[in-house]
Amino acid sequence: MKRVPIARILVTLFFVGLLMTPAIMRRYASSHSGSSRTTLDRQKALTRHGFYLEEVSRSAGIDFVHQAPTLDAQLAKIMPEVASMGASVSIVDFDRDGWPDIYVTNSAEGSKNHLYRNMHDGTFKDVAEEMGIADVNQPGTGVSMGAVWGDYDNDGYEDLFLIKWGRPELYHNNSGKSFTRVSELAGLPPWINANTAVWFDYDGDGLLDLFVGGYYSEDVDLWHLKSTRMMPDSFEYAKNGGRKYLFHNLGGGKFEEVSAKLGIESRRWALASGAADLRGTGHQDLFIANDYGVSELYQFDGKRFHEVGSQAGVGFAPKSGMSVSFGDIFNQGKYAVYVSNISEDGALIQGNNLWVPKEGTEGNATRYENLARDLGVELGGWSFGAQFGDMNNDGNLDLYVTNGFVSLDRNRSYWYDFTKIAGGNSSIIGDARDWPAIDGRSLSGYQQKHVWLNDGAGKFVDVAQAIGATDTYDGRAVVFADLWNTGALDVIEANQRGPLLVYRNTVSPENKWIEFDLRGTRSNRSAIGASVELDWNGQKQVQTVSGGSGFAAQNDRRLHFGLGKNPQAEKAVIHWPSGKVQTLDSLNPDKLYSIEEPQ
Amino acid sequence: MIQPTIEPRVPPAEPASQAAFRGWTPTSSHLNPYIPPAFITLILVIGHLSFGILESYQKTMLAIVTSIACELLLGRLFLKRWPNLASAYITGISVGILLRAPGYWPFVVCALLSITSKYVLRVNGRHIFNPSNFGICAMLFLASDAVATLSIQWGNNLAAMAVIWVLGSLIIWRARRFHICVTYVATFLLLSAVRAWITGDPWLSEVSPITGPEYQLFIFFMITDPKTTVKSRLGQCVVAFSVAVVEMIFRLDRSIYAPLYALFFVGPVALLIEMARNSRRAGVQSSKVLNTGALQS
Repeated sequence: MKRVPIARILVTLFFVGLLMTPAIMRRYASSHSGSSRTTLDRQKALTRHGFYLEEVSRSAGIDFVHQAPTLDAQLAKIMPEVASMGASVSIVDFDRDGWPDIYVTNSAEGSKNHLYRNMHDGTFKDVAEEMGIADVNQPGTGVSMGAVWGDYDNDGYEDLFLIKWGRPELYHNNSGKSFTRVSELAGLPPWINANTAVWFDYDGDGLLDLFVGGYYSEDVDLWHLKSTRMMPDSFEYAKNGGRKYLFHNLGGGKFEEVSAKLGIESRRWALASGAADLRGTGHQDLFIANDYGVSELYQFDGKRFHEVGSQAGVGFAPKSGMSVSFGDIFNQGKYAVYVSNISEDGALIQGNNLWVPKEGTEGNATRYENLARDLGVELGGWSFGAQFGDMNNDGNLDLYVTNGFVSLDRNRSYWYDFTKIAGGNSSIIGDARDWPAIDGRSLSGYQQKHVWLNDGAGKFVDVAQAIGATDTYDGRAVVFADLWNTGALDVIEANQRGPLLVYRNTVSPENKWIEFDLRGTRSNRSAIGASVELDWNGQKQVQTVSGGSGFAAQNDRRLHFGLGKNPQAEKAVIHWPSGKVQTLDSLNPDKLYSIEEPQ
Repeated sequence: MIQPTIEPRVPPAEPASQAAFRGWTPTSSHLNPYIPPAFITLILVIGHLSFGILESYQKTMLAIVTSIACELLLGRLFLKRWPNLASAYITGISVGILLRAPGYWPFVVCALLSITSKYVLRVNGRHIFNPSNFGICAMLFLASDAVATLSIQWGNNLAAMAVIWVLGSLIIWRARRFHICVTYVATFLLLSAVRAWITGDPWLSEVSPITGPEYQLFIFFMITDPKTTVKSRLGQCVVAFSVAVVEMIFRLDRSIYAPLYALFFVGPVALLIEMARNSRRAGVQSSKVLNTGALQS
């Protein structure tokens, strides 16, 4: 008889304990996240974190403010939500002077893109107009959504592919002196509503190929809608997006569209893509982050692409993929893949994904597990662009994530309206007419950025506020580049309807670095797809030259390795896309190595 | 969640503690006790095969296993016998479908809260909250930084929905609870027009939520739960109507989880009112008996 009351008391206590568990978990998470809301103290940041950032765009001569597109009037009530992309940034040394330049896109009809030439003195000068790649958003041709650079004709100069909602454009770089539009010669289609593209040489023939991922269907002209039924037919299972394109480089400036022939036929809503040799086969795999659905992983077997996302574990849970970046975060010679998604307290907790190869799996059998939560890089708000880079040169790849969707009225949120429509049947969600008016409300606006420092022991700690990344604009693209050749990765951030920010990085001089500027000969001249595996102090880190990564972004092609204190660089092994393997010995820290592929 | 049980009367001679927890063993009702679990499993299978709705097998399994384990333990402790696990299975699977969280711990805590609430939050030997509704609402109140529910994260293919609606209606009809669903849906549709008129938003945007997956589970499994609904047919309709009305108030306050919160508040209040009325009636009847006895004596 006495057992029951005691049992009831115990169960009641257990119940109370359960109710308290979320608070305990929250406390535990915050004590381990390291998220600090302090302001920048340079000396303290240098001492504690090994670096700090200072926003220097104005003093560097950059005063770019992104303008969003104004689409068909039928979309007026949800315009901020629909016209929410287009701010992009890519790094290119277009004139081969050894200093990285910056290209940024604008998205209002008639607005101009900017090409900021590095003047070597800490400043930049916009030369887009004189180069012929500024006035590219003329009415009737669509507007820019991003840009990726690759030397498609192997003449030594990086050419420009302009990603648009509209007429895609290819510009040939005339020895760094001007650009010529060659879209028709290349055989590009008349209209694609794309947000992502990546240069890569999928077949290893030494010529760069181009993947372009459609977002809205290509038969939609967003300025002259035939129907308002052009929205995704599901929030997480949509398959009515734009088609995919794979342009095989035939040489002579001509391309052949081969996506269907080679097995890429998805109509998911692609927002980001990246290519890297994830299996060690010598072929670059193609990873696509889709909005409103699962991610896709395409492996090339020498003849065809095979979509293996589900089998590999990365294409199972549908989310809102918005960025793809690769990083050897454990210094094991293997890439993890970071995909950004949406997290909003009380509304939607998708969590970003950090796909890490499972122990004991490799090659074609590589399986991935999501360690974003375990490593502390899961909750990044409405995340967009993300990039890996060693920001403090300690030898571990850190992670920069920009975020924020629509920042309007701070006190009124569109989240309720958004969930109301997004949960509905395809016949409702798919029609813009049925969407509630945004009416000046914010949707995950004014968000703080995340700078997650890799402690090298399996944890990332958010130090954004402490090191000076304090803006709250609606971030879209972010890239790393050693803009001033100081051996530090600077951060450039493109914001929707906001300014282009340039964060100059000051790193503790005790931490050393090494950089590689690769040039292909048998491989494509841009060396896109070439990887450097660096051995130092008993560690090994691999990085690859990318033809586009993150969201609407492209990092500097030069590979930057932090080495930590007193490093002993043992060797660097370069795997060229041609299959050639080159080993470099006797490397010295704090030096940029320009390497040309041996014939 | 719907439970194919009839709560048995408690024999007066039985120990109160034991009597308080009688009724966990499903007995035959209007419905085969295995149909509701089979139906919700079918929803899961259809949803997963159509869209891959399961965020992770592990998390769904974790919620189910936790619910069942907790039910076994508490049932054994309080009933002194192994309880039927159909109810716990439904609770677990509902948590697995409805709760969305990147971490694993919310699935464990939510399943434990759901089952434990049946043993802790009781009035006159009857639990007053729908278990999974309680667990999920508690998580939304207390852990909004870590969880969300299936509000916008499921496919919305009409064919798959039609299968769920037809099968669900047949089963609920057989369980003699179809009037609850009809009352709720009719009221929701009516009030969606009122909301559209008040907010100025398109009517279809107000109708939109009920066409989504969360509502299929809500309508067929939550508001019809025999254990946490009132007994009279008219009362059930009044409660379903009230849930829709309170939901509208939450919606006008722009609450994302309006239906869950509405049931969370309306369900227990309705049960308490019913208990109070029954108790008053019983008091009147016993005093009548006493009076009659006195007169007779």
